[in-house]
Amino acid sequence: MKAMQIQIPAELRGHSYTESPIRKIGLALFGVGVLVFMIGATGAFASIPLLYSMLSLGVGTIGALLAILPGIGARKPGINHDGIMFSPWKNRRSVAWLLGILITAFYVTLYWFPSTLDHMVVAFDPLSWPLRGKAADRWFLYGTLYTLAVLIMGVRMLIKYRHSRYQTIRTISVMFFQLVFSLLIPGLLQLFNEPEFYFHYFWPLKYDYLFPSKLSSLFDGTHLAVFMGFWTLVMAFLATPVLTYFYGKRWYCSWVCGCGALAETLGDPWRQLSDKSLTAWRIERWMIHSVLVFAVVMTGLLWLNSAMEGAVLGGLSRGFSRTYGFAIGAMFSGVVGVGFYPLMGSRVWCRFGCPQAAILGIIQRYFSRFRITTNGEQCISCGNCSTYCEMGIDVRAYAQRGADIVRASCVGCGVCSSVCPRGVLNLENGPVDTRNI
Amino acid sequence: MNNVVIIGNGVAGITAARHIRKGSDARITVIGSETEHFFSRTALMYIYMGHMTYEQTKPYEDWFWIKNRINLLFDHVSGIDTEARLLRLASGNAVGYDTLVLATGSQSNKFGWPGQDLDGVQGLYSMQDLRLMEQNTNDISSAVIVGGGLIGIEMAEMLHSRGIEVTFLVREDSYWNNILPPEESAMINRHILSHGIRLRLSTELAKILPDSAGRVRAVRSSDGDEIPCQFVGITAGVHPNIILCEGSEIATGRGILVNEYFETTIPNVFAIGDCAEIVATDGGRNRIEQLWYTAGMHGEALAAHLCGERKPYDRGILFNSAKFLDIEYQTYGYVPPVLDDVQTLYWEHPAGEQAIRIVYDQRDVVIGFNLMGIRYRHRVCERWIAEKKTVPYVLEHLGEGNFDPEFFVQSEQCLIDLWNRTHPERTLQLHRKRGLRRLAPARGQKKEMMA
Repeated sequence: MKAMQIQIPAELRGHSYTESPIRKIGLALFGVGVLVFMIGATGAFASIPLLYSMLSLGVGTIGALLAILPGIGARKPGINHDGIMFSPWKNRRSVAWLLGILITAFYVTLYWFPSTLDHMVVAFDPLSWPLRGKAADRWFLYGTLYTLAVLIMGVRMLIKYRHSRYQTIRTISVMFFQLVFSLLIPGLLQLFNEPEFYFHYFWPLKYDYLFPSKLSSLFDGTHLAVFMGFWTLVMAFLATPVLTYFYGKRWYCSWVCGCGALAETLGDPWRQLSDKSLTAWRIERWMIHSVLVFAVVMTGLLWLNSAMEGAVLGGLSRGFSRTYGFAIGAMFSGVVGVGFYPLMGSRVWCRFGCPQAAILGIIQRYFSRFRITTNGEQCISCGNCSTYCEMGIDVRAYAQRGADIVRASCVGCGVCSSVCPRGVLNLENGPVDTRNI
Repeated sequence: MNNVVIIGNGVAGITAARHIRKGSDARITVIGSETEHFFSRTALMYIYMGHMTYEQTKPYEDWFWIKNRINLLFDHVSGIDTEARLLRLASGNAVGYDTLVLATGSQSNKFGWPGQDLDGVQGLYSMQDLRLMEQNTNDISSAVIVGGGLIGIEMAEMLHSRGIEVTFLVREDSYWNNILPPEESAMINRHILSHGIRLRLSTELAKILPDSAGRVRAVRSSDGDEIPCQFVGITAGVHPNIILCEGSEIATGRGILVNEYFETTIPNVFAIGDCAEIVATDGGRNRIEQLWYTAGMHGEALAAHLCGERKPYDRGILFNSAKFLDIEYQTYGYVPPVLDDVQTLYWEHPAGEQAIRIVYDQRDVVIGFNLMGIRYRHRVCERWIAEKKTVPYVLEHLGEGNFDPEFFVQSEQCLIDLWNRTHPERTLQLHRKRGLRRLAPARGQKKEMMA
């Protein structure tokens, strides 16, 4: 018999590993790491970057892993959502608000008060120099922290879903793309004086990749840069529709994309917070497609402007793209998208604001072989699927009437299928006309 | 049928209401005293375990009822006057009807054990039970569950999720072996123990012992052991809730007696779901169907009948499902607990938490499937059974049936190997792996969009 009689607060009971001593030590170390990192803002460690790095990032990482790893022994493999709705940090209670404020504050600092971070970026120098051949800057700080979050919380996902090969492989995929395509390759490209380029981001998510200025600079560059130019065009106009036809938008949103990577790892504890109401769905459709129109118009204007040699539209199109960069790039995807994880769930940006998701969604809804199949009449309407859908899809509404789930927003994370206690849901690809809508 | 009143807002009553609305313009009122809105009873355990909130267990948003003109009345019916076609309500009001549907569900069994009414002793069926359980188990350290069925194992899992030590008393010598064949049952025995729940087989409850305050202090088992506990879950099955019919003209047996059109002995009064006892027409035993699935089917069948399509209720090919802690269970067709009169092919994963059983008759025709820890397609299994496919055919096409997620290891080849070892004269080959091909549209494909 396991020792299960420890007295723990009522709202945490069920998380039998919450009080494991290793976990406690881990959380403490993580706190120390964060504290040291923040103290660094004063410049106290400016002359000892390696030590600063080890005491903040190193200690924090070790602490986080120690807090996560006891999860393996806490319970047999299988779905474990015990206590989530009672948790002060997973169900919009005290800790959630605090975390939301902290993450939001970080983004505000990053975007609008970057000088605050001047002394903190040195913690990333020991990585930045060998990788990129230059000192760290605030974007390298951000990218590295982001990657660390994906990797550490990815380990948590791997433990949590160790009974599911789909979730395991998918999690390894997002961890791989984040580490290699978001951090290492762009870094190495800079080391070799090539353009900093993200091979797994395409227009319109990376909206400036199709800007006339960007494309022409690539096509005027080295062989590698020219390849990047072709890559951009092929991915945006050929690979994206073809892959989405075969596999649905999941090939990107929950397997490759960096925003998806963060949502699927760091964001997992909050996936249940997405709003499932019909009203939210209505807002979602208006909002995300408006952003898409915005992105398309902006790109079109820039091309028109370039064709007309900037004579007429110069100021307007620049203003347009600057507005887009601020409102969509910074405010929406960063501040709201991640800052509100603990309050609105992990996919706010992907659901309401991402133009890439909008395009993939349209293809998925109308032309894709992908669907979530419902298994006959086995649904018991329990609602686990809807509750844990990060995209706010009321999966149960489809499952309980035996219909397949064909929705533009579905990112194919597969969690509805994993949490279903009756084996009713399955992510499948098949002939488009066999979708039982 | 201008004025339909349904008593009970569980899945049977609500399904009836929804389908009557689709097929008619009748005035529909659903009276329920459990919760204001329909929620999924199957999710009660998830509320307690903190997986979901009550709000999330509601399959329809609150506007749904207004939009579909289904009038919900949160009140308790205290009496039926079938003569005057009038219902008396606990609030003092009265409601008249043209057509009355009784969907009052079940109540937990209690078999007269000494101490069964002590504080801290309860069953689990309703939202009220859940709230009581929340109070009863607040800050306790150990509990005893009595009765080895589906609610029993759910309650064990619920308590276990809060770090409460659970002793699970099961009268039978193996868990749920009046339904599960020996191997499946044994698998669940092992699984329960592996979670740290103290499963005690062949053990009955003798007596529940009180402390000085009248709360449960311990349980005495049939083998004389005294098991200290602060909570006792009574999960020895349920029986139809027919209290409302006592003193009325409506005939009852174990449940409310109905024919295969759900008609009671009184005109314009119907009963569906757990509370109905369907009188056998072929001289067999009367049926009480107490499943989530059958309740919905009753509601749908009755609605069709009330909307003018008179055809007898047909349950179709049996299916059911459950989840025993981490092990999902699906069953299709006929799988008896004792396999003496049928033939069977059983494969179990060496790790002991997955199994596939195919049951077939003397002519090799497949009649049933049990799946443990593996998901199979309802429509495919149903079609094989309906079309009386033989074992060799089913085995060769077994991949079609697999409904496990992508990348999961498939076990169909193991069953083929098993067969080939015993049938060297007729070796088989697996035709295809899992996946979606054009699966023939199956019987009763539900397509109902109301929202």
